[in-house]
Amino acid sequence: MRPSPAVRRPTPAVSGLGRPSWLLVPAALGMLFILLPVCAMLTRISWPDLPALVGSPSSVAALLLSLRTSLASTALCVLLGTPMAVVLARTSFRGQGVLRSLVLLPLVLPPVVSGIALLYTFGRRGLLGHTLDVLGMQVAFTTTAVVMAQTFVALPFLVVSLEGALRTGGQRYEEVAASLGARPSTVFRRVTLPLVLPGLVSGAVLSFARSLGEFGATITFAGSLQGVTRTLPLEIYLQRETDPQAAVALSILLVAVATLVIGTTGRRRGLL
Amino acid sequence: MTLQASFSVGARGVEATLEVAAGETLAVLGPNGAGKSTVLGVLAGLVRPDRGRGTLRGRALFDTGSGDREVWVPAHARRVALMAQEPRLFPHLSALDNVAFGPRSQGARRSRARRLARGWLESVDAADLAARRPAQLSGGQAQRVALARALAADPELLLLDEPMAALDVAVAPAMRQLLREALRDRAAVVVTHDVLDAALLADRVVVLDGGRVVEDGRTETVLSRPRSPFSARIAGLNLLRGRSRGTAVVTDAGLHVEGMPEDGLRDGDAAVAVFSPNAVAVYRTAPTGSPRNVMTGVVTEVEPHGHQVRIRIPGVTADVTPAAVAELDLAPGVEVVFTVKASEVAVYPA
Amino acid sequence: MVVLATAACGGPSSSAPPRGQEPVSAAAGGTGRALTVFAAASLQQTFTRIGTQFEHAHPGVRVVFSFAGSSDLAAQLVQGAPADVYASADTRTMGEAVSGGVVEGAPVVFATNTLEIAVPPGNPARVRSFADLARPGLKVVVCAPQVPCGSATDRVEGASGVALRPVSEEQSVTDVLGKVMTGEADAGLVYVTDVRRAGSRVDGVPFAQSRVAVNTYPVAVVKRSRNPALARQFVTAVTGASGQDVLRAAGFGAP
Repeated sequence: MRPSPAVRRPTPAVSGLGRPSWLLVPAALGMLFILLPVCAMLTRISWPDLPALVGSPSSVAALLLSLRTSLASTALCVLLGTPMAVVLARTSFRGQGVLRSLVLLPLVLPPVVSGIALLYTFGRRGLLGHTLDVLGMQVAFTTTAVVMAQTFVALPFLVVSLEGALRTGGQRYEEVAASLGARPSTVFRRVTLPLVLPGLVSGAVLSFARSLGEFGATITFAGSLQGVTRTLPLEIYLQRETDPQAAVALSILLVAVATLVIGTTGRRRGLL
Repeated sequence: MTLQASFSVGARGVEATLEVAAGETLAVLGPNGAGKSTVLGVLAGLVRPDRGRGTLRGRALFDTGSGDREVWVPAHARRVALMAQEPRLFPHLSALDNVAFGPRSQGARRSRARRLARGWLESVDAADLAARRPAQLSGGQAQRVALARALAADPELLLLDEPMAALDVAVAPAMRQLLREALRDRAAVVVTHDVLDAALLADRVVVLDGGRVVEDGRTETVLSRPRSPFSARIAGLNLLRGRSRGTAVVTDAGLHVEGMPEDGLRDGDAAVAVFSPNAVAVYRTAPTGSPRNVMTGVVTEVEPHGHQVRIRIPGVTADVTPAAVAELDLAPGVEVVFTVKASEVAVYPA
Repeated sequence: MVVLATAACGGPSSSAPPRGQEPVSAAAGGTGRALTVFAAASLQQTFTRIGTQFEHAHPGVRVVFSFAGSSDLAAQLVQGAPADVYASADTRTMGEAVSGGVVEGAPVVFATNTLEIAVPPGNPARVRSFADLARPGLKVVVCAPQVPCGSATDRVEGASGVALRPVSEEQSVTDVLGKVMTGEADAGLVYVTDVRRAGSRVDGVPFAQSRVAVNTYPVAVVKRSRNPALARQFVTAVTGASGQDVLRAAGFGAP
């Protein structure tokens, strides 16, 4: 396959049409509002100590655990969220609006509450706890619980951005594909998915970022143990108890990882 | 018959009956909102009719009630290919893979599908575009590839929705010629609002208005002897409806239009009086002692029409020379008198 | 994070305590005075009661509390947050305030606290002693060594020779208690006062080795206090008979 420069033409950055110059002021303020705290954090780092702080066994364990769990939860989000988005975007049924709002619930729930809700469901004395116990599965205090907590809070991001892409794209191509004899599965695989791939990727990146920063639901549902459930945000919060310097250094690490992932994926696909 | 379909879609106010004989191309004409796209949607399997039955080469496509249970064949199993107004080429596939999509979906191996696709691209003079992405094609090129793609799916019925509407005037003739060849001996339904498409592509014409079939006949008959205002307009003819009385048609507004009635027309029958805008003479004041039909009105429109100028008063148009426009000082708002000789007016049953 | 960000943006003056707010002056007749007390979160119930008693004894005085983690409060004080009294849950965080130069004189220890085993009501796992906590398969939750209750746990482990294999090392006693209350954990190590406060939602199992890790609570007057005399009176109220009664009733030990 040849790359196609024309599929997504570079936006001609010429005129200021639709961009009055006064708009630059609040835009710049917004940028500053985000950048300034990050810069302030950078000024507080003692750079000579950075390698030691970031390279400590507990930090490395937390980083690796965070990357592992965030990747796993992103994969789960894609596997579960894609069908959810397609069902929401491509069918209409009674109560669909209500269902969509419910799917978005984890966005508004305080993460700690999400953690409690998960506990009430999958915990030992939760709704499914007994069933899981009989099956020999105990979720609490395991890495699985971390992945579940992250998936719970990150799933809406994937569903929302993918459903948006599906709705914007419409069904024009799918109709043509069907009329050419393609079965629904073929249409999904060869037309729908490739066309919403940018939306899927940006949704996955958002989910990954949300998983990486997850704190409240994890600490409530999964606990905190080095190498098992203590992800980078939990480690940062704990380090802050005794060594704020280390906490800041680890935060820089988290910011760097997130920027790297979002930056590379986003820029390459020209999405974010 | 290749296609027989009779159905209604309540939500869109459409109730239509269509037939397409083997190898025949049917043009569906009608003003905007007449229900043309709904008709194509029902045939393609994209819109579910409330009631009705449709068969293609004897196979049921849909049937809401004559049998024990409802029949609804999904779009992909109908062998009905749709070519839309805009090409809708899959943007992530090359032109070749777009054309190969149909054969691939129907089970052909990649190499065979591509071989077939190459053949179809050649048949629409687009072999050199095979490797391009849709975004690298012009409108005309893309529509040619879209035609090849529809044909490559080997449909038993081809549906074309305004296939020329999105094309430049400059490339439309070539596309029309291509379609003319492609549709020869192929069962097809072409939705169009362009009389030229109907005249050059279709064997038969159906005129839809307000969701109903108002005319159905051979293309040349409908265009030369229109029975509905819409077909008269696209055929470029004036048409006045009313009831037959003697050699005249009397309209609801009470206007008498004398003409040459067809044999067998009886007084009181619904009838139309049809005449060409070229047969209309235009005056500022009514000529005295004329045996002609006289229609008075205020000019609503003056616009160029080929080498002539088309003058419109409510319900009737006249084509005059630019010199006459200047001489009579014709402009919207001016009251004028149209006259037409009875010998120029055809009167036949509506 | 909050402290760092605000400090970087606007200097010390812009950082405010989360709940204490500015001292409110001038109630009726101009005699109204406010006393701002920064106190460890575990002191919330007892200090609120002592504060009410203090207000009764000192008409026109309003006691305003900011309850948070001891180290958070120490950090806020060092950043210049306005307060009159600082009561911490351990000597280490008080040490930070002392070395930060924000307290006046020597801190006074006013209470102690020891660890206790918290178990779900009815003690389903039948935990009877500290040694029981090392039983294989038992889900034990403790505080992380970085926080005071965790360092106390470390000391008990060292002294008793019992090595715990906790399933989680939590950030705070609240998190430990939460895991025990919901039954996720079979047992957790928290303070006596936490077990008392949780009421019927957990049962307490005292153990002898807790004596080796006695947590002390120091209190001190803040150097920048605008009412140093009143602040000293509040410290006296805490260390005095009525204050001690309140603390003892909540399970705190004598200094």
